[in-house]
Amino acid sequence: MVSGILSFGGYVPRVRLKRQSIADANSWFNSALKGLAKGERSMANWDEDSITMAVEAARDCLQGFDRGGLAALYMASTSYPFQDRQNSGIVAEALRLNSAIQTMDIAASQRAGTSGLIAALQTSAGAGGPVLLASSEKRRTRAAHPLEMTSGDGAAALLVGEGDVIAAVLGYHTETVDFVDHYRGQDSAYDYVWEERWIRDEGYLKIVPTAAQAMLEKAGVSADAVDHFCFPAAARRVSGMIAKKLGISEDSVRDNLQANMGESGVAHPLVMLVNALEEAKPGQKILVVGFGQGADALLVETTEALAKFPKRTGIKGHLARRREETNYNKFLSFNDLVNAEHGLRAEVDRQTGMTTLYRNKEMILGLVGGKCTKCGTLQYPKSAVCVNPNCEAFHTQEDHSFAEMTGKMNSYTADSLTYSADPPAFYGMVQFDEGGRMMIDFADVAPDAKPEVGMPMRMMFRVKDYDGKRGFRRYFWKAAPIDAPE
Amino acid sequence: MATGIKDKVAILGMGCAKFGERWNDNAEDLMVEAFIEALEDSGIEKNDVQAAWFSTAIEEQHVGKSGVPLAMALRLPFIPVTRVENYCASGSEAFRGAVYAVASGACDIALALGVEKLKDTGYGGLPQRSRGAVNDMFWANTSAPGNFAQLAAAYGAKHNVSREDMKRAMAHISIKSHDNGSKNPKAHLRNKIDEDKVMNAPMIAEPLGLFDCCGVSDGAACAIVTTPEIARSMGKKDLVTVKALQLSVSNGTEAQHNSWDGSHFITTRTAAKRAYEEAGIEKPREQVSLIEVHDCFSVTELVTMEDLHISGEGEAIQDVMNGFYDADGEIPCQIDGGLKCFGHPIGASGLRMIYEMYLQMQGRAGDRQRSQEPVFGLTHNLGGFPHQNVCSVCIVGKDGA
Repeated sequence: MVSGILSFGGYVPRVRLKRQSIADANSWFNSALKGLAKGERSMANWDEDSITMAVEAARDCLQGFDRGGLAALYMASTSYPFQDRQNSGIVAEALRLNSAIQTMDIAASQRAGTSGLIAALQTSAGAGGPVLLASSEKRRTRAAHPLEMTSGDGAAALLVGEGDVIAAVLGYHTETVDFVDHYRGQDSAYDYVWEERWIRDEGYLKIVPTAAQAMLEKAGVSADAVDHFCFPAAARRVSGMIAKKLGISEDSVRDNLQANMGESGVAHPLVMLVNALEEAKPGQKILVVGFGQGADALLVETTEALAKFPKRTGIKGHLARRREETNYNKFLSFNDLVNAEHGLRAEVDRQTGMTTLYRNKEMILGLVGGKCTKCGTLQYPKSAVCVNPNCEAFHTQEDHSFAEMTGKMNSYTADSLTYSADPPAFYGMVQFDEGGRMMIDFADVAPDAKPEVGMPMRMMFRVKDYDGKRGFRRYFWKAAPIDAPE
Repeated sequence: MATGIKDKVAILGMGCAKFGERWNDNAEDLMVEAFIEALEDSGIEKNDVQAAWFSTAIEEQHVGKSGVPLAMALRLPFIPVTRVENYCASGSEAFRGAVYAVASGACDIALALGVEKLKDTGYGGLPQRSRGAVNDMFWANTSAPGNFAQLAAAYGAKHNVSREDMKRAMAHISIKSHDNGSKNPKAHLRNKIDEDKVMNAPMIAEPLGLFDCCGVSDGAACAIVTTPEIARSMGKKDLVTVKALQLSVSNGTEAQHNSWDGSHFITTRTAAKRAYEEAGIEKPREQVSLIEVHDCFSVTELVTMEDLHISGEGEAIQDVMNGFYDADGEIPCQIDGGLKCFGHPIGASGLRMIYEMYLQMQGRAGDRQRSQEPVFGLTHNLGGFPHQNVCSVCIVGKDGA
């Protein structure tokens, strides 16, 4: 059976920070930043992290697929919220995957995404079901570091396995070289980066061609047959130089999305692969390379199945779902890069009881409510007595997840009093089209928005609260406007 | 067959501390201040009180739990003291406990006292705190104004009212309450305001601006109740008796079932209907003389006019703008300034509302006395949020009415 990519999904946070606003603030110190002050970078909202973005990309990817059949879920990132609590396990709970599933966090190198993809392909062979790889990055950068400008937040998800693939795998190859272009030690929050000219000449231009050449030889494909070349480096012209060295046509070098997104670290090769799959025609060859202490090179060829593959929001759709931000101070504040005053209301203790979370994990992480088997009424949370005034039956409710349901806003407010990292806090009553309702926080509403009753909404997995005292964060779902106007 | 509370219990005395930012007083000082006034008014001795109900809502902020703080503050003679809490309707619950005790014949004289000391948080507004271990995981990040503000969106959509018309009616409500509060020496806020000031105030929770929100105050209020027979035997004349005491509590319908549109209070409608029946009132718009409602926010007062079955559905804005609820209107609402200006020390508020009715019925309300003699006074005390709340409706009136 043919092995390859069965589905793809992507996610880019809605907020885009104008790079000019970063340069305006910081170029007094480093005038070279002015040269990077073009376009915009994606910026995770205060309640987004690599887990929430991975969940969104995975949901996008899994549309139309049976989640129960997955054999494994791998996550790849270098910006995990938890050092010791499996991050992919949280994603699995949010996606309501079977507990009989292999999950694994892949980390510690910028090529974790491509390494994860290769590992997923290897696992899926004979695994009895497809493997989902979700790669996500919210890279921490110091204020005024060039990486702050060239990075962007985002995620990509790929479902791989055997069957009716949209892209068949032709080959892959890995070169492992302890080339330290940057590193982040155990006690550091930020990367320590070496000179970019050295990285280009000794890293990108030597290690990548070696890996790619080896892979092409294994696959028996000549370089000029590559239709799409995905290389994630933010540095200008590097991809073209590698392509030239390999003999790949210049037209095949894909946009690294530096202008409208930025480089999303571990996720970026896969973000570019998803973006290529969104635009590729059947029968095209896509070469994707991940770089970091060596390089992974992987070649796929799209099939006829791609032509009838249902459209995803993907990278293109999420890039279009955009809201411009010009206030760099917000970025600093969301990323704890400034010692900002949050007010006395922020002092409320947000401890989470692990017992409380565990016994309610389906309700909280999976947004599982109840469906009355007697009258059919949907309700959240699930309870012992049906809420329908004409029913009120005891113990009749079965599990029903609200996560993939859409609804309409029934009432709302923009609250400037309650503590929010991004005031005003929007929340309100959302009434689901299939039934049921909840008073819930909203996500991704513009601060000056004036929503109308009846506004269509969908659910998104987000951070509910940060417990800074204990280094914990709790997740829940929020309602976001569907196709909200700018 | 239940016969209801009507005329079974009379108010013997009432007291109310000055509401406001009582920076230099503890909760106990406020409790004693209200109690002394009620004691003097009633003509009884402290040791005549046979049982007490004590209401506070955010007790962690001041007195702590149990009935002990009341017993200690007043040095009560080892009598039963029960602490009650039912969100912002706690004060009405203390009153209900005391009234029911007397009505049952279990005791002759009972005390209801409510207190709240809120101005020790370091910031304006209500204290921000945990709502419970499970609730914190899924409840929206709401504040009180944010919860109530949503009435405006739902009411506007249902009745096709523009945001501007809504804002203007809400402004009228607040301006009226400030006018009334300016005549009340015990009120927290005594300044008059105009429409420009209301409309241009900072936004708290869209569409509620600063002047759409009530004061957060320190204060205490209390009532001493007995049977009408005992009151008469003590030489009391022109008795004010309890006509109705109703409570309605949300069961999750509003929060979880799509039968509620978000524009009104199911609980208020239910409690008001039962209260009118208990009091024998058939036409509230014609028979009720005065109302004190839970105007935590201007929009709450607006929709409550309909929920109390006084304004027709969709007609509250018209009544408000026509001055129907002004101090010189047909049914004055918040003649003492309401929560808006008298203030809102949570545990005391329900009792403060009854205190005003009691004064008005006895012609003792000073500059703000209603010229037309009141017969029935209704108090509406609400706790929680529009989608999940506790509503008390109490009617007091002239003995025999």
